[in-house]
Amino acid sequence: MRGVLRDKIMKAVFFLAALSSILAVALICYFLLANGLPAIGEIGPSGFLLGTEWSPSDTPPSFGILPMILGSLYVTAGAIVIGVPIGILSAVFLARVCPKKLYKVVKPAVDLLAGIPSVVYGFFGMAAIVPFAGNSMLSACILLGIMILPTIVGIAESAVRAVPENYYEGALALGAGHYRSVFRVLLPAAKSGVLAAVVLGIGRAIGETMAVIMVAGNQARIPVSLFKGVRTLTANIVIEMGYSTGLHRDALIATGVVLLVFILIINLSFAALRGKSL
Amino acid sequence: MKEAAQRGNEKMEVMTFGSANGKEYGLNDTGRPVVNFDIKTRRTLRAPDGDDTKTGNENAAKAKHCFDIGNLDLFYGDFQALKNVNMGIEQGEVTAFIGPSGCGKSTLIKTLNRMNDLVEGCRVTGDVELFGENIYGAIDVNLLRKRVGMVFQKPNPFPLSVYDNIAFGPRTHGVRSRYELDKIVETSLRDTAIWDEVKDRLKKPALDLSGGQQQRLCIARALAVSPEVILLDEPTSALDPVSTGKIEELLLTLRGKYSIIIVTHNMQQAARISDKTAFFLLGEAIEYNDTETMFAMPKDKRTEDYITGRFG
Repeated sequence: MRGVLRDKIMKAVFFLAALSSILAVALICYFLLANGLPAIGEIGPSGFLLGTEWSPSDTPPSFGILPMILGSLYVTAGAIVIGVPIGILSAVFLARVCPKKLYKVVKPAVDLLAGIPSVVYGFFGMAAIVPFAGNSMLSACILLGIMILPTIVGIAESAVRAVPENYYEGALALGAGHYRSVFRVLLPAAKSGVLAAVVLGIGRAIGETMAVIMVAGNQARIPVSLFKGVRTLTANIVIEMGYSTGLHRDALIATGVVLLVFILIINLSFAALRGKSL
Repeated sequence: MKEAAQRGNEKMEVMTFGSANGKEYGLNDTGRPVVNFDIKTRRTLRAPDGDDTKTGNENAAKAKHCFDIGNLDLFYGDFQALKNVNMGIEQGEVTAFIGPSGCGKSTLIKTLNRMNDLVEGCRVTGDVELFGENIYGAIDVNLLRKRVGMVFQKPNPFPLSVYDNIAFGPRTHGVRSRYELDKIVETSLRDTAIWDEVKDRLKKPALDLSGGQQQRLCIARALAVSPEVILLDEPTSALDPVSTGKIEELLLTLRGKYSIIIVTHNMQQAARISDKTAFFLLGEAIEYNDTETMFAMPKDKRTEDYITGRFG
């Protein structure tokens, strides 16, 4: 009898622990929506999402976040263009090419890359990238491309490793060389895992804030060139939150709502890809 | 040499319309096989010329062999997995390797297409000759594996479509034309008697096929690069009896066109399909003889014990 009771208590404890993260997500959604949605209603959904003018201190103020939406999308796309090929090739290298001794050096280095605080990345960007590329979209893309590497490398590497060895042997037995076997059989076999890695990289890039602010220039206008400044959704919130009041403040929270929707879409596609790979 | 090259070109036509059924396979005057042209470069890769250093008699004796194995020792680190193996494997016949687990029969078969190269700490000494050519010498291992195909214990079709599975090998060796690929895919699948089952699903994932179909697909995939020898490492041990029967029938139809070496745990299987059988124990080739003779009157006591089920 005591055993049964203890089981029940432990079950409840585990359940509550699991519930806490769901509760946290629910609360975040609730407060974001409760503060953000009325603002969107007041500004007008199309004026807010498609408006090209962001000048909250003008009279009358305008709250169009299209420049920031585009900024986030462009910067993320640029990071993907830079980070994905390097990340996937690194993952293949680590999983199938790298000698063991070298692996002991490279793998921890990649892991370390994941642990570096983003403000440190920002300093690196200011010191090493901005002098060449300026405070621009290009700088942000390069920096973000580096920042998403550990995410992509880590997940893609385990995806490639998870491919059964007998695929590789089968390809070799047909007379295919090492690289052909790896790139034409193993990598396609790991496709959904690699895609999941890319999606998670996108999530990391779109949510990154501090490092981007430090190198991107942050002008709230429709991005026109790789070499001009750009402001992302996250940067918009952080830069102005400190002094905003009233509708301006709510509009920033509504910007957060848009960001949340983006992240939600990304996570859903990640889950779908993971489901496919299992 | 020139003549041989021309011969290779003539054969190319045959190959285009059905190399995988082995029609290009043949013997030249000395009885050495005329095969092997690279699909990509379309030239004879190994002219079947006589070996000057050997007497005619030796040549004649060797001519019937696809593999000649002499004084073969193989080590995994300190462990000796094969001990002084000597055997000539007949061309165009089915040779079965039997013996209890760990006797070295799978190790030996992997030595023949150098899949053992993948095993860390694996060391080979002695001679393994494929039609007189030392395969542990200065050869292109990828080309060796094209000439000596392999089918594994567990069916391992790639997670690609049926078509792309078969086309993988030819593409690897340079076939680009859609027309040629279509021909090779169809011929290979027909030769493995699986065409009717998959012709409407060539673009579907190969992994959707049943286990037995997958294994026949793997055999078809091996045939698609026109190998001379096919190695099968316990190809039916993961299959049900019906699928096993189909594979055995299939191997009998391939006999003669290809030299077939099969590792099996199933002695009835060895008896049913092989011409010659070799019995291995603890890394040694104990007995190697015509299958009939071997099962009717084994010379060695240990062979007799094994085939009568006293151990193993």
